[in-house]
Amino acid sequence: MNHGTALLWKRRALSSLSATRRGLPKEKMSENGIMSRAKVLTIDTMNPTVKKVEYAVRGPIVQRAVELERELSEGMKKPFAEVIKANIGDAHAMGQQPITFFRQVLALCSYPELLSDSTFPEDAKSRACRILQSCGGNSMGAYSASQGIDSVRQDVARYIERRDGGVACDPDNIYLTTGASDGIVTMLKLLVCGEGTTRTGVMIPIPQYPLYSAALAELGAVQIDYFLNEEKCWSLDITELQRAVNEARQYCNPRALCIINPGNPTGQVQSRQCIEDVIRFAAKERLFLMADEVYQDNVYAEGCQFHSFKKVLFEMGPEYAETVELASFHSTSKCYMGECGFRGGYMEIINMDDEVKDQLTKLLSVRLCPPVPGQALMDLVVNPPQPGEPSYGSFIKERTATLSALAEKAKLTEQVLNTVQGISCNPVQGAMYSFPRITIPEKAVKEATEKGQQPDMFYCMKMLEETGICLVPGSGFGQKDGTYHFRMTILPPTDKLKILLNKVKEFHQRFTQQYS
Amino acid sequence: MSQQAVNGISHRGRVLTLDSMNPNVKRVEYAVRGPIVQRAVQIEKELKEGVKKPFTEVIKANIGDAHAMGQKPITFFRQVLALCSYPALLEDSKFPEDVKKRAQRILEACGGHSIGAYSTSQGIECIRQDVARYIEKRDGGIPSNPDNIYLSTGASDAIVTILKLLVCGEGRDRTGVMISIPQYPLYSAALADLGAVQINYYLDEDNCWSLNIAELRRALNAAREHCNPRVLCIINPGNPTGQVQSRQCIEDVIRFAKEEHLFLMADEVYQDNVYAEGCQFHSFKKVLFEMGPEYSNTVEMASFHSTSKCYMGECGFRGGYMEVINLDPEVKAQLIKLVSVRLCPPVPGQALLDLVVNPPQPDEPSYATFMTERTAVLSTLAEKARLTEQIFNTVPGITCNPVQGAMYTFPCITLPQKAIDKAKELGLVPDMFYCMRLLEEDGICLVPGSGFGQREGTYHFRMTILPPTDKLKVVLQKIREFHLRFTQEFS
Repeated sequence: MNHGTALLWKRRALSSLSATRRGLPKEKMSENGIMSRAKVLTIDTMNPTVKKVEYAVRGPIVQRAVELERELSEGMKKPFAEVIKANIGDAHAMGQQPITFFRQVLALCSYPELLSDSTFPEDAKSRACRILQSCGGNSMGAYSASQGIDSVRQDVARYIERRDGGVACDPDNIYLTTGASDGIVTMLKLLVCGEGTTRTGVMIPIPQYPLYSAALAELGAVQIDYFLNEEKCWSLDITELQRAVNEARQYCNPRALCIINPGNPTGQVQSRQCIEDVIRFAAKERLFLMADEVYQDNVYAEGCQFHSFKKVLFEMGPEYAETVELASFHSTSKCYMGECGFRGGYMEIINMDDEVKDQLTKLLSVRLCPPVPGQALMDLVVNPPQPGEPSYGSFIKERTATLSALAEKAKLTEQVLNTVQGISCNPVQGAMYSFPRITIPEKAVKEATEKGQQPDMFYCMKMLEETGICLVPGSGFGQKDGTYHFRMTILPPTDKLKILLNKVKEFHQRFTQQYS
Repeated sequence: MSQQAVNGISHRGRVLTLDSMNPNVKRVEYAVRGPIVQRAVQIEKELKEGVKKPFTEVIKANIGDAHAMGQKPITFFRQVLALCSYPALLEDSKFPEDVKKRAQRILEACGGHSIGAYSTSQGIECIRQDVARYIEKRDGGIPSNPDNIYLSTGASDAIVTILKLLVCGEGRDRTGVMISIPQYPLYSAALADLGAVQINYYLDEDNCWSLNIAELRRALNAAREHCNPRVLCIINPGNPTGQVQSRQCIEDVIRFAKEEHLFLMADEVYQDNVYAEGCQFHSFKKVLFEMGPEYSNTVEMASFHSTSKCYMGECGFRGGYMEVINLDPEVKAQLIKLVSVRLCPPVPGQALLDLVVNPPQPDEPSYATFMTERTAVLSTLAEKARLTEQIFNTVPGITCNPVQGAMYTFPCITLPQKAIDKAKELGLVPDMFYCMRLLEEDGICLVPGSGFGQREGTYHFRMTILPPTDKLKVVLQKIREFHLRFTQEFS
């Protein structure tokens, strides 16, 4: 660069400084020397925390999967006939059928003329009437209260009481949400404050469901990792929690502890003892507890049982029940319903400061209300057909079929993957995923690193291109350094799942061979 | 050191307190569901419990919720939604063929043919294509690329997402966002939550709330002293003011945005709600493109629409979309990544939006009923807009601009000095004091103008025009009587 150009650039730099002050367009020198005006919104001038957000469940590998689907539909030849999206916990997309009763009521709520239609059972009609009566103008099209329809919140409270063996639940503590994700993000938002070493730190499991890391990145909160114990079926270890919080206190202000039970991606179902220990730990370390329990009906393994944090908290007596701050989350997307598209959910808040509650209510009011169809659906989930009601028989049958199929597929998955040398799969105790550990040959690790890819991303991408199977690499969820995993859903229909597992097995063997 | 020790105070040892919560959230206000509405809900409860009041019901004229006020949904839409919810009904002969066809098309585009499946994060593809076609039809053929369409959870969701992308910088470089005063308080709330700088530009009440470029320029220049203005938000038709901007004005705004290098956000959720003679909705997108490539290739813009207003009034479904124009491809990738974290907008709302942009056509069985229903809703609203303006303008001390569009009236009210003083004594903003009184005495819930912003020393309230005409007449009458009483009391 000659002197004249340097001066020119310096002058431009100076004038662009004052131009910023005046807000005039920054000029940009493009490659061919033509001045073009930079956009207002560019990668450099956008929200920096948004750039830090990642969400692997719909990340780069899924984008490639969608591309492949397009290529297939355009007639391109591939080593497979279809892409199998085993990356996301979307039961209906994988062929699971909705619960008839739920959809009948939703149809009646959408088009109340059908209330005079004799093909609908009486209990469906009476549920629909009850829901409609609590809607403005008796229409699902009206906004609801921002906290959610009153009668639905009451039904949620009753459900929680029944589930928790009678432990009281106050409907005022129930907030309906747009899926559980909405409630989780809202709570995290409330908790974040401080600067530098007083910045809020939030403890999350590794591996975790990446909504948490994404939300923390966006909010500029500090992520505090605590590692689940892979050797002990992904169990939670209080000494590990302690280690993590102690270390974190040096550079941030740890204030919240997030647990996912049953776990995602790991599927572990925490023992009651463990839950007690976590509560005790949270009380001692003064942490706000967040219990993500969206998979509460998805428990498969012998000897495992779902214990809600709320129940255990209260059974630990007033010393804990009156002091520990807890938010528990549930959703209509998982369990036996699989109604992801409706974005139904709720959270129950325990021991929240009244002034903060007011702030929460105010914050929620800005977005008016959660989708009413999702609220209606949640009402049915917490208030399903009872024995003696016309729809009870079919309801139980459908629910049982779905849950037992999942249990079968959980076992099958663990079993088949464990026959593969280089794949080791913990029991899928609950939830909807397997998160097996994979051994990746050194040569493959090297090639991945050269390509600038995480080794398990490299592995999964190869699998996608060769078999059409879309999984999510373990790096998207977090894992101990030097270990590799993938997350695969157990949702495809059993026959297809068998084929899938076989292809994964064959791929792994091929891959290992190729890079030996 | 524990938080308690640091604070030196105990909130019963709570982790999360007013002092230890997100400070931005504390700055958020949203008057449409604020304190006056909370009081209204309380009064409703008291009425139910048998407490005697000077009225028998609370009329919630605070929020743009058409169905709650008795407006009926469009039959076709609800039929299709019923079929989508419960596809067994496809066998039912009582549903017309066009309803079944639409439902089948939507279901085929869903994973597992179920509206219970997640959709792609940007929204179901064929719906985005339908939205693009709708925009093209609306805008006289100007192309719309489905890739630029993002379905959202109501328009609010998309508005907040775009604002979020735009916020950066610290101190004097902090992003500033220009919003109209008066405004729909989602904007001020979002800016407070995001810690962005709010830049107020005043609409001209004396000229039917029109937008004035000189005023935009004044606001912008003043703002440059303390922040980095990057965005200009327009609501057209306006909320709370109802003004429908002229085409010339829209051109001028676009020109201004280009000159001043501002990202344009055009909130157009009331685009079908245009009542006044001589007024017409012109989309920002259309005007932008008609201004030629110098503008249409450069101005960055996002336009927003929703299923909550217009003739549909389907607020509860949380359906909406935005169209982004000239967004940097790298930013687009970031946008997609950001919306993917929340998975997808509610599928029933997406389905509903599909029907809104792809309604029955003249040769289809449901067309006639659809047109009858749509026309009835819109003409009733037009009637009520006129009625409201007319009656308010007969009240001394209330001046009401024509309700050109949207769903609200935002009249200017004269408050006697004594009332203003009394309000101050009570620690209330004067128009809140006025509205609270109206609520307690007549059971009518409005939102004080202070919740939307207004010129210093002026007072307003926002009232919806949504109650059924007969009820609306009664409400208007009561407000008139209240105002006269109030003025008398504080004279």
